Amino acid sequence: MSDTLLSVQSVETYYGNIRALAGVNIDVKKGEIVSLIGANGAGKSTLMMTICGSPQARAGTVTFDGEDITRLPTHLIARRRIAQSPEGRRIFPRMTVYENLQMGASLDNLKYFNEDVEKIYTLFPRLKERQAQRGGTLSGGEQQMLSIGRALMARPKLLLLDEPSLGLAPLIVTQIFDAIKALNQEQGLTVFLVEQNAFAALKRSNRAYVMVNGQVTMSGSGKELLANPEVRAAYLEGGRH
Amino acid sequence: MEYFIQQLVNGLTLGSIYSLIAIGYTMVYGIIGMINFAHGDIFMLGGFAALITFLMLTSVFVGLPVVILVLIMIAAAMLTASLWNWTIEKVAYRPLRGSFRLAPLITAIGMSIAISNFIQVTQGPRNKPIPPLVSSVYNIFGIAISLKQLIIMLLTVILLATFWYIVNKTSLGRAQRATEQDRKMAALLGIDVDRTISVTFIMGAGLAAVAGTMYLMYYGVTVFTDGFIPGVKAFTAAVLGGIGSLPGAVLGGLLIGLIESLWSAYFTIDYKDVATFSILAIVLIFKPSGILGRPEVEKV
Repeated sequence: MSDTLLSVQSVETYYGNIRALAGVNIDVKKGEIVSLIGANGAGKSTLMMTICGSPQARAGTVTFDGEDITRLPTHLIARRRIAQSPEGRRIFPRMTVYENLQMGASLDNLKYFNEDVEKIYTLFPRLKERQAQRGGTLSGGEQQMLSIGRALMARPKLLLLDEPSLGLAPLIVTQIFDAIKALNQEQGLTVFLVEQNAFAALKRSNRAYVMVNGQVTMSGSGKELLANPEVRAAYLEGGRH
Repeated sequence: MEYFIQQLVNGLTLGSIYSLIAIGYTMVYGIIGMINFAHGDIFMLGGFAALITFLMLTSVFVGLPVVILVLIMIAAAMLTASLWNWTIEKVAYRPLRGSFRLAPLITAIGMSIAISNFIQVTQGPRNKPIPPLVSSVYNIFGIAISLKQLIIMLLTVILLATFWYIVNKTSLGRAQRATEQDRKMAALLGIDVDRTISVTFIMGAGLAAVAGTMYLMYYGVTVFTDGFIPGVKAFTAAVLGGIGSLPGAVLGGLLIGLIESLWSAYFTIDYKDVATFSILAIVLIFKPSGILGRPEVEKV
């Protein structure tokens, strides 16, 4: 039993006949922050969803905490405490902010809800102001906060974040990344995130992977990749933060 | 004036029954986007289950109090109808989920025919009467209100209140609404989507079964084709109120009931169905999403 929490091995995912992931290998160890960077259409979000079994991998295995979860239905994967803030945020539009957060806590049947919701409100005071408002009426940035907050309500062992900085003001991006870093250091929360904002992500990650056309082409520590000329040219220059 | 109020009472009674059926249509539509055309037959089946329970109980226990008798009939009807609807969803609809949109719809029409034929073969094609269980009629300011009507309206109010509470205030209801709004996200949060959909079919059938029992007691007779017309009327009610909307289903049901009895009272009874469906057509021309339905626009 190693300290590997999530292991993705030779995973291939298809949409119809189109191969979106072509043999991806990724490991995330307990307590790490790992980021995945790459251009649009590289398959980053597909990988996030494949980990959660929606769609399921056609080949390869996904192992979580020593258990093969490749063929488990999505809701059972979620019950292993993998929470995701997915691409497009996927807020329930006709439920209030409060109800969206309650949905996040459905695994424990709201047992720790009151305690946890205060933490989320401390993290994102904006959500508290908006708690009686319907999810669909929030701004993009507020929805992003809600999506991350909802994922955290599940008390995850592994938090998957798909572009947490999308649509947020730079100040709030910094705030969110700092919050993630704090959760990681204080509670040992393991985080695997996809980012377009490569600089912010790499700076705070232990390790990172670069994805191109459904394959991992490079990996290394966050610092190494930040210094790598190819990575700089493709993902950082001009995208200064 | 008294005549008018009398017709209002009759209309509300009928409307209560339509509302209870309409909720099943609208909920299933909301959660999986299909029209369960077998729902009207589930309503009819509930009525038959109540009738059979009545015949069995009265032949074994003579002199059972009417209240207990009716409660057992309702419980048996709910159980039978729920079991049927649950099974139908599991064997006929679930395998077709993710298939093209018309497939489950056509299957539902098939299930509707299958249920009514099953009842025809096992229970016979003739009208089945039930003796009047409650026959008291009260005269209030010149308006005749039967105990049956009071029971139907009261029961509907209780059921709707319970139902509203479940959908809006419990974790089951939250899971149902989440599944309705974004099935994939609900699964990502650990909601067993298949189970939630099953529960929705069970709840819809339960309400339809109560409506079936009430319908049987109100008219004192049932027949295997009884699922069709009330079923279509309730479906109309759901569309009129705005399909997918629960308050819409209740409002639509009451409106259809009122239109039907007022039309029969002031114009001609032969054209009551024409009137009902014409009003549906007119509403849909001016407000295609129904009275309380939401337009398909959402901020992303």
